[in-house]
Amino acid sequence: MAGVTEPELRHAGLNLSDDPREVREHVESDVFGFWVFLMSDAVMFACLFAVYATVRHATAGGPTAADEFKFHSAIWETGLLLTSSFTYGMVSISMKHTRGRLWIAAFIVVTFCVGAGFLKMEAHDFVTMFHDGATPERSGYFSCFFVLVGMHGFHVFSGLVWMILMGIQLAVFGPDERTKVNLIRLGLFWHFLDVIWVVIFSVVYLQGLIR
Amino acid sequence: MNISPSLRRDFLTYALGYGLAIVLTGISFAFVFYRLLVPQAVFGVVLFLAVIQIVVHMRCFLHISLKQSARSDLQLILFSTLIIILMVGGTLIVVLDQNARMM
Amino acid sequence: MTIWHILLGRLTWSSLAFVRAWRDPTLSELIGAAAAAIAVGGAVVLFGLLTYLRAWRYLWSEWLTSLDHKRIGIMYMVFAGVMLARALIEAVVIRTQQAIAINNQGIVGPEHFAELFSTHGTIMVFFVGMPLLIGLMNYVMPLQIGSRDVAFPYLNSISLWLTIGGGIMMMASLVVGKFSTGGWSGYPPYTELAFNGGVGPDYWIWSVSLSSLGALMTGINFAVTIYKFRAPGMTWMRLPLFTWTSLCTSILMIFAVPPLTIATLMLAADRYLGMHFFTNDLGGNMMNFVNLFWLFGHPEVYILILPPFGVYSEVVSAYSSKELYGYTSLVIATMAIAILSFTVWLHHFFTMGQSAPINAFFGIATMLIGIPTGVKIYDWIWTMFWGEVRLNTAMLFSIGFMVTFVIGGMSGIILATPPVDYMVHNTLFLIAHFHNMLIPGMLYGVIAGYYYWFPKAFGFRLSEKWGRRTFFCFFVGFYLAFMPLYVMGLGGVARRSQELFDPTLRPWTIVAEIGALLLFTGLACIFIQLYVSIKQRHQTRVPVGDPWDARGLEWSMSAPPPEYNFAVIPQVSRRDAFYWRKKYDGAYRPADHYRDIELPKNSMCGILVGMGLTACFFGFVWHIWWLAFLGFAVAFGTAVVRSFNRDVNRVIPAAEVAAHDRRWLDRAAAARPIPRHLELTPENEGLAKWQG
Ligand code: HEM
Ligand SMILES: [Cu+2]
Repeated sequence: MAGVTEPELRHAGLNLSDDPREVREHVESDVFGFWVFLMSDAVMFACLFAVYATVRHATAGGPTAADEFKFHSAIWETGLLLTSSFTYGMVSISMKHTRGRLWIAAFIVVTFCVGAGFLKMEAHDFVTMFHDGATPERSGYFSCFFVLVGMHGFHVFSGLVWMILMGIQLAVFGPDERTKVNLIRLGLFWHFLDVIWVVIFSVVYLQGLIR
Repeated sequence: MNISPSLRRDFLTYALGYGLAIVLTGISFAFVFYRLLVPQAVFGVVLFLAVIQIVVHMRCFLHISLKQSARSDLQLILFSTLIIILMVGGTLIVVLDQNARMM
Repeated sequence: MTIWHILLGRLTWSSLAFVRAWRDPTLSELIGAAAAAIAVGGAVVLFGLLTYLRAWRYLWSEWLTSLDHKRIGIMYMVFAGVMLARALIEAVVIRTQQAIAINNQGIVGPEHFAELFSTHGTIMVFFVGMPLLIGLMNYVMPLQIGSRDVAFPYLNSISLWLTIGGGIMMMASLVVGKFSTGGWSGYPPYTELAFNGGVGPDYWIWSVSLSSLGALMTGINFAVTIYKFRAPGMTWMRLPLFTWTSLCTSILMIFAVPPLTIATLMLAADRYLGMHFFTNDLGGNMMNFVNLFWLFGHPEVYILILPPFGVYSEVVSAYSSKELYGYTSLVIATMAIAILSFTVWLHHFFTMGQSAPINAFFGIATMLIGIPTGVKIYDWIWTMFWGEVRLNTAMLFSIGFMVTFVIGGMSGIILATPPVDYMVHNTLFLIAHFHNMLIPGMLYGVIAGYYYWFPKAFGFRLSEKWGRRTFFCFFVGFYLAFMPLYVMGLGGVARRSQELFDPTLRPWTIVAEIGALLLFTGLACIFIQLYVSIKQRHQTRVPVGDPWDARGLEWSMSAPPPEYNFAVIPQVSRRDAFYWRKKYDGAYRPADHYRDIELPKNSMCGILVGMGLTACFFGFVWHIWWLAFLGFAVAFGTAVVRSFNRDVNRVIPAAEVAAHDRRWLDRAAAARPIPRHLELTPENEGLAKWQG
């Protein structure tokens, strides 16, 4: 197929060298399609960030970012998310080097737990902010804050649901081609969320805390 | 359990990415926490580190590289970056200008 | 909270158009009720007919659940045709209103008039323009690149059903509740809760969301298809131009839809959760909506125009029997337009308060788009030059396009000059401009493409006589309907006016009314043409598949094509692959050996996901939360269940492929080659005589 070269299958996690060429090409395009989706998603986040930047001072006399953000939870959340990215990397490695489904499953479980920990912390943050009166209805600024960070949180949540599904598929089918492709996509998704989070902690949390 | 060289290499890539990410994040947070510079400069540093960290994630976790083999992914990412710059930059210029004129 | 409220949300008796008309029988309400009656009646008749003909099973198993890109493409076109009929009727009502309502109320009240132009615009952009083009691309693009299907057939089906779901919602808004009065662009704060408490803006938000979700997934699907599914040897610079424009349009869809998603999401957050993105108080800023909307909106107009550019390129080259002139420049121009279209969105709100240098920058950027567009026009003209031009329906539309589109481009350049735009922004001049782009640009292109590829899809040609009549109506109709709008716009008449106050405008409004009726007649001609052509199909069959002596791979198989498109995937060595095969006698040859072909099985998951999400969004509109939840559960559940299904493909044995191919080759061997000047005669069986 045009434009496709042999060594293109570099995605960690793929070990399809014995599979027929057609299968590999399909895997290629499946993964590429997911990349395209991610980039579209990235543009969506970019728009949210742009709006965020324009409403940074639109607090309408209510609480401000500096009042509400907590340094330590931002650090811990970041740490958890980074760690989960690393552990998902272990999923990919186990898959690529055919370590068997137990290894894969074990690392998925670890990633799930760390990711869930992140969500729990984030939810806790939100709840304390609500108690302080920093709600989305309070001001344009907090509307945007909650939608932006909430959107990322929602993505993380979707990733967790996806992990559960992949766990089940792994149990039912083992690491067959479809499962592998979806595990690769899930990996891209998960690492991508990390990238978004890097921007969030820099632009939202750190910028809000600078004084 | 045998550890092949390629497994080692793959593991090290992730470990390196993880380590670098932690360090970069740490520096970022430190700059803000200890107020190492004036606010604008701190924010500049934070943004700069964020860009580097994104590159690290792309390289170590998402396996994007300049190799011929990753071309279509790379093209896609570069094009997306262009669009994002246009959209975000344009929005900031336009809406902030409007805001300024409302003052 | 009563049980009714839980069950039916905001629905009440007076949500029904019929009940409203009964209680308050003004002309405006009666017109509304009549429209609702047409919608309901149409649905009932359709159901009755299908039941009477016992066509449900066939329809379900052969079409609605099909994952074949060709069938999905046709379904897109049929759906868009229905929506086009509705939106064109609305256009006639709008023009009638403005023709009558000079210093009087006219036939529809202000609210109703506002609903009319809002639905008209929303439908034309999201449920006519995009589906027509996506349908065309779905059908043609995989054939052009030598592929068996798109990259993700199941996703393709979901996209289709999401789009149709949005259309269903538009239709539902005729019968229950009212649509938005905020125009197709839905600017807040007018569309915020404070000023628009009803369901109108919610209908707009959710139906547009369905459509844009579908378009986004289609964009991803097509881009991956073109990137990864080309036949061997089909390098970038050998792609047919329609495929190039499909690629650029797909890229635009992928990157332009997200800002719209964000804008509508934020508006929904304001309306449903009391947030303050675009409200007047507590830090809301409506300019963020305007900005996001046009970040989408401008690329959107190029989503609508690029594929037609591709169609014209194919049509002009085929019916001039010449290689496309300036292929490379056309490719570069297409890419330039695609990228530039992300740099000009501000020209839609020059008047909204940014500083002059910013306006100047975007004004210049906008004018730059005229350059690549001009290049294209010259290329098409040079393609015709010294060619063997056949002035059939498609060519008439193409030439009509070239002449008329240039006028629209000029008026665009005028609008792109900020000080001038201050004078004519949001007047009828603007309306004339963009209809001047969209009707001669997009609609003519679709009609030309429809005429050109129809024989490929159905195995017989369309009636030329009715085609010419269609052209007459669309060409003259356009000028009559929109040239007066330029005049009135320069005179300062605001767009979207329910009532006019200057009697000297009457002649212009009446001419425009006649034009609108003529355009509507044009649509009728299209339907008549289809009917007549089906009746006469025995004289116009072109089973061999190359009725126009054309050049691309899509003409290299039988008409209609087998479901797997290509018996063997072709090897491409030059641009215009089929032309060269004909030249070197390589066409109509059996393959060395045939192989089993794997195709996706039909699946009802697409329709379930699409309709599930539609129900979910309908629940959102009316605050019927159980329905929203149920719809979402159906959609999500279907997606999950499908992901556990490993048995999604079926195999067509090589013998069957070979047999089909052999039959076709025999047919070709028996057919008489036809010179071009006879291609409209019954002699044409789809085998072209080689004439160089
Ligand atoms: C040379 C090319 C073009 C130029 C310079 C141009 C310029 C403009 C400008 C400056 C406006 C804003 C006017 C105002 O709001 O006051 C506008 C509006 C518009 N244009 Fe164009 N345009 C071009 C091509 C197109 C094409 C190809 C299409 C569609 C296929 C199109 C569709 C529209 C639409 C739909 C609007 C109005 C949207 C609305 O306000 O509802 N334009 N154009
Ligand atoms: Cu525009």
